[in-house]
Amino acid sequence: MDLNQYMGMFLEESREHLQTLNNCLLALENDPSSLAVLDEIFRSAHTIKGMSATMGFTTIAELTHEMENVLDLLRKGTLSAKDDITDILFTCVDILEQLVENVASGLDKPIDVQSLIAKLSAIARGEFSAAVSAGDVSVEDSRPVAKSATAALKLSDMEIGVVRTAKAQGMECYEINVELRQGCLLKSARAYMVMNALEELGEVIKSIPPVDDLEQENFDHCFQLFVLTTADAENIESIVSGISEVERVTATVAAIPELSQQPVQNTTALLEPIVNKGEKTPEHKKEKRLANELNSQSIDKKMKSGQSVRVDIDKLDSLLNLVGELVINKTRLEQIGLIHRLSELVETIEQMDRVTTDLQAVVMKVRMVPVSQVFNRFPRMVRDLSRELNKEVNLIIQGEETELDRTVIDEIGDPLVHLLRNSLDHGIEHPAERQAAGKNPVGEVRLTARHEGNNVIIMVEDDGKGINADIIRQKAVEKGIITQAEADKLEPSEAVRLVFLPGFSTADTVTDVSGRGVGMDAVKTKIESLGGMVDVETKISEGSTFKIRLPLTLAIIQALLVKVCDEIYAIPLGNIDSTINIRAEDIKTVQSQEAILLRGQIIPIVRLTSVLNIPNACLHNQDELFVVIVHIGEYRAGIIVDTLIGQQEIVIKSMGKLLAGIKVIAGATILGNGHVALILDVGALKQ
Amino acid sequence: MSELTYFGNEIHLVVFKLGREEYGVNILQVQEIKRMTEITRVPHSPDYIKGVMNLRGSVLPVIDLKRRLNIPPQEHTEDTRIIIIKVEEIAVGMIVDAVSEVTIINQSDIEPPHTVVVGVTADYISGVGKLENRLLILLRSDVIIGIGQELKVS
Repeated sequence: MDLNQYMGMFLEESREHLQTLNNCLLALENDPSSLAVLDEIFRSAHTIKGMSATMGFTTIAELTHEMENVLDLLRKGTLSAKDDITDILFTCVDILEQLVENVASGLDKPIDVQSLIAKLSAIARGEFSAAVSAGDVSVEDSRPVAKSATAALKLSDMEIGVVRTAKAQGMECYEINVELRQGCLLKSARAYMVMNALEELGEVIKSIPPVDDLEQENFDHCFQLFVLTTADAENIESIVSGISEVERVTATVAAIPELSQQPVQNTTALLEPIVNKGEKTPEHKKEKRLANELNSQSIDKKMKSGQSVRVDIDKLDSLLNLVGELVINKTRLEQIGLIHRLSELVETIEQMDRVTTDLQAVVMKVRMVPVSQVFNRFPRMVRDLSRELNKEVNLIIQGEETELDRTVIDEIGDPLVHLLRNSLDHGIEHPAERQAAGKNPVGEVRLTARHEGNNVIIMVEDDGKGINADIIRQKAVEKGIITQAEADKLEPSEAVRLVFLPGFSTADTVTDVSGRGVGMDAVKTKIESLGGMVDVETKISEGSTFKIRLPLTLAIIQALLVKVCDEIYAIPLGNIDSTINIRAEDIKTVQSQEAILLRGQIIPIVRLTSVLNIPNACLHNQDELFVVIVHIGEYRAGIIVDTLIGQQEIVIKSMGKLLAGIKVIAGATILGNGHVALILDVGALKQ
Repeated sequence: MSELTYFGNEIHLVVFKLGREEYGVNILQVQEIKRMTEITRVPHSPDYIKGVMNLRGSVLPVIDLKRRLNIPPQEHTEDTRIIIIKVEEIAVGMIVDAVSEVTIINQSDIEPPHTVVVGVTADYISGVGKLENRLLILLRSDVIIGIGQELKVS
């Protein structure tokens, strides 16, 4: 089998599961007793193990296998998830990440996992004494239990009753342990085949795990069956081992106690200890099984809601392009329909309009990904970093469901890491310092995302010490970025923005000064390359806020078409506040800058004829003027236009390399009549 | 020079007119020839860029070739055409007065540009072809388009 074709899938899924592991371990740290979280961890580890074994990455499989053993004990309550255990599990996840990335990059860099495996198995054997608190040393794992006696433990009273009746009829009850081959792909099918084979010999009265779990592959490679049959053990073994992908099978006569008694008491030290697979008393088991059933239900739900297909982003891009073409042609048809007034045509076009609108919405949605994809890895990062720095930090994430275009999501990770690291490293003070300042010793870093018009705002706020503008000024002068005179002229808020200048970010800035500066220019460059903006606000001893504004990069937007002289321009609707009618005399001048008063606010007036260098500008002495009030961030302006044509959805087209970089134009679009109209870049009007 | 030797000693040219002069551009660079269409002016673009046009759903810049070559402008006529050329993955339209033919010219009939023209426009010309008693000015499309000379953004 050529496994290479599955490589991409393996990598993607492994990364996803590693992410889940990280998240769940964090959750476990907060709530060590949560069974649901443990189960989730177990499932993820298990999936990784299965996948890596199938793909032949034995190191990963081996490590996850050992992890599973420990997790199993945690799940059974034999061990409790103490800090040191979660730490080791975190290390495991880190190592796994490295291993997976090694696979991804095709490197064959050996990573030593033996010491980790040794640690894990020590924990699993219960030798990691520090980790196992006295209270948690449960009856089962400290006290050896006989294997043959376990049959009694595994069967309920009623089942034991059934066995007795069968025995009276000359049948024997066998406990059959089946082990499937590692990497077996269709475990449930194999289990089913085993069941079927046994059903022919006799009656399967019980399976561990329950049949439901077997069907859902909710088990490791082993399972147990209890069968009532007249056949002998050898016969059973040979039949079952004849089924392909069955690694090993043992059939032993299940010991059934004469009377149902308390089995725990009569086990002795002579019998074989079973620590690894600490068995349960019937009561425990029932609870466990109930939990299992509940879990399998929730898994079911999850699977249903999470059914997905992985699609190459290029395919989505071309799909989007095609939809764009369709929208253009639809608009064109609409105009033809209007001209010719064919009612049938108009009706059909209306239908088509609805379909294309839906289609467009769906395609856009397909490309949108919640920011949680990026945010998810931060809790772990913040946890590690705060430990490293000996600080206590509480990371609060809000609005992680906010959706952004896939291409943007892929790019914002690094800038956010920079900002968060900075907040932790330079923003948040040490607990003692905080206490002295009368603050909560636990610092707070807030990462929020939200929509604002056609933009997404991502903010990184901390309640640390803030940025001292004076130090920034001084540092900038030292570095020769600005002169002393320039520095003196700067407002504090402007001085703080100096951190975004290239050259400010050198190593000694980080250590010497409280000022931030690690790669801030890199952050700014990255964000701007995505068409976004980044800004900083700070208050000494109250904290700093970094605000990133990103476009949704929607290729299709709603826009208002306006006419200036003979030229048609599109203004993105997201930037428009309102359109108003004013009289020529409403325009006042403030230091020869034209402005109007709108609801008590002074709004500067922009004349497109001059901004756009419209040649031989048509002079019109209109008494009434149309003004489109636009905004970008806090900035507002009124654009005077000749005619408002109307609102329309437009497909943003790039004008190509040759015309890239023209300031006031954000792109072009094709109108229904086939003409090209340019899209105004409202942000550029500010200058 | 590889493109010139592509057909051995011969090159295929699309011949077009600008004013009274005849020009040629390598046929391998020509994507298609369109009639004059609506062109949208782009503010703050270099003066030789007439604007942008719609070519079946994509937006292409259109160069006013006469402006680029400092030839006095003329009213557009029925014969005015836009030659769409593609160089290094950049597609651009060029407005010409008329497209006359596709012809083959022998490598040996091409003179280097400096024998005839000097000055700024000499950069735009790769040579002058002699075809019986006609002279064909061969253009260097990459320089005409402005590849390598990034737009100066004011």
